[in-house]
Amino acid sequence: MRGINITISVLIASAILGYLMAFVAGLCRLSSNIIIRKATGFYIEVFRGTSLIVQLFWLYYAVPMLFDIQLGSNWLVGVIAIALNYGAYMSEIVRGSILAVAKGQTEAATALNMSSFQRMRLIILPQAVRMMLPEFGNYLIQMLKATSLVYLIGMNDILYYGNILRSNDLSQAPTVYLLLLVFYFILALPIIWLTRKAEVISKKGVAS
Amino acid sequence: MTEPIVTFQNIHKSFGDVEVLKGINLDIKPAEKVAIIGPSGSGKTTIIRLLMTLEKPTSGDIIVDGKNLWKMDKNGKLVDANEKHLRQVRGDIGMVFQHFNLFPHMTILENCMTAPIHVKSEDKKTAKQRSIEMLEKVGLGDKLDNYPSQLSGGQKQRVAMARALVMRPKVMLFDEVTSALDPELVGEVLEVIRDIAKEGEMAMILVTHEMDFALDVADKVLFLDEGVIAEQGTASEVIEHSKNERLQSFLKRFRA
Ligand SMILES: Nc1ncnc2c1ncn2[C@@H]1O[C@H](COP(=O)(O)OP(=O)(O)OP(=O)(O)O)[C@@H](O)[C@H]1O
Ligand SMILES: [Mg+2]
Repeated sequence: MRGINITISVLIASAILGYLMAFVAGLCRLSSNIIIRKATGFYIEVFRGTSLIVQLFWLYYAVPMLFDIQLGSNWLVGVIAIALNYGAYMSEIVRGSILAVAKGQTEAATALNMSSFQRMRLIILPQAVRMMLPEFGNYLIQMLKATSLVYLIGMNDILYYGNILRSNDLSQAPTVYLLLLVFYFILALPIIWLTRKAEVISKKGVAS
Repeated sequence: MTEPIVTFQNIHKSFGDVEVLKGINLDIKPAEKVAIIGPSGSGKTTIIRLLMTLEKPTSGDIIVDGKNLWKMDKNGKLVDANEKHLRQVRGDIGMVFQHFNLFPHMTILENCMTAPIHVKSEDKKTAKQRSIEMLEKVGLGDKLDNYPSQLSGGQKQRVAMARALVMRPKVMLFDEVTSALDPELVGEVLEVIRDIAKEGEMAMILVTHEMDFALDVADKVLFLDEGVIAEQGTASEVIEHSKNERLQSFLKRFRA
């Protein structure tokens, strides 16, 4: 079945960009600068508080018209919308995990005279990331499902080709959609497996 | 007279409305071993945390090796220290915590060699070698690749000491380092501290409830009571011959 490369490429690109966004926003939320903190908080609330479909349409139709900015191809718009949306959700995981690293860890690092940057890089983040992994895996599965929305801004992903097949022969609808279900599930399998792995790793690394 | 390595000048510390330290004055000479005893809540931990820069004094000055810890000179004026200044001054100080605070994501060896490499820019080989030597000294040469979660409390605390020692501090702080341990593991940790103390050149401040241990290693003992130093002198003067009533009733609880 065609369209699968679109689904996968959108997933990979938006996942990478989304995780990046999550780290940037999560760290900004913990910044000592109140302006950075508030601005990031605003971004997170806006993207968590509105629906992904509406954000997709905004970026694809409204933003170019209102501000005369071309965000590029519908592939790119899809990736950006999914990344910004899930980045907002996952930034809370980043923030929560960093805060969950025991205070004694920062203090021990300070006692060894590490700078605040070294404390974050060598001590806090490695422990926090282990806590994030399982949640990140769950969100990856959700991102996979969200990729089907790019169909709505005219991209030819597997949902699009599924719909074409169905409109050619309406009696095929159950088969086509069953196939689609199986497809998404097969794509999700390695992610589910990775998530399991991540849970094991995170259990090993953090217990003290 | 040798210059003190650490001086507290009229240190006050409040948490909110509660004044925990009410004017602490203190001189510690290089290589001097000082034990701090006193009831729970008297401010022992706070004294140590102020010196380690984990807590900021409300007023007063702390001088470390001639440098003001919490204040720095800026165009001839004394202002609050920034991180760079704190890092310059606190490099002389090391600390061992009550609850070890080892880094759980690193092996024992990595726990020890990370700071020398990143903080002191030592090359990896030297840092590794020195860390191994230090771990052997505390009796853990066979555990280098273990993770902290695989060790007993006593072993963890010995790693924590090795980790602090490889940084070669001039002053080492111990905050009730045996009170989180099972009784049968206390001895091995005190043994290591004794050995370090005998070597001599490093000053040590020990908050402890082990009176016999204090008698053994401390040159000076401070009795802290409600945020003031109520009594001080040699270990024998304070622990064995003091007339201070509150000190005596405090000590009675350890003589049972
Ligand atoms: N971060 C903090 N915020 C508020 N109060 C604090 C804080 N740290 C310490 N205190 C209070 O300051 C007082 C002195 O605490 P400190 O830990 O120095 O006592 P201590 O002599 O070490 O006692 P212990 O023997 O129980 O360890 C206590 O009443 C404690 O509740
Ligand atoms: Mg204490």
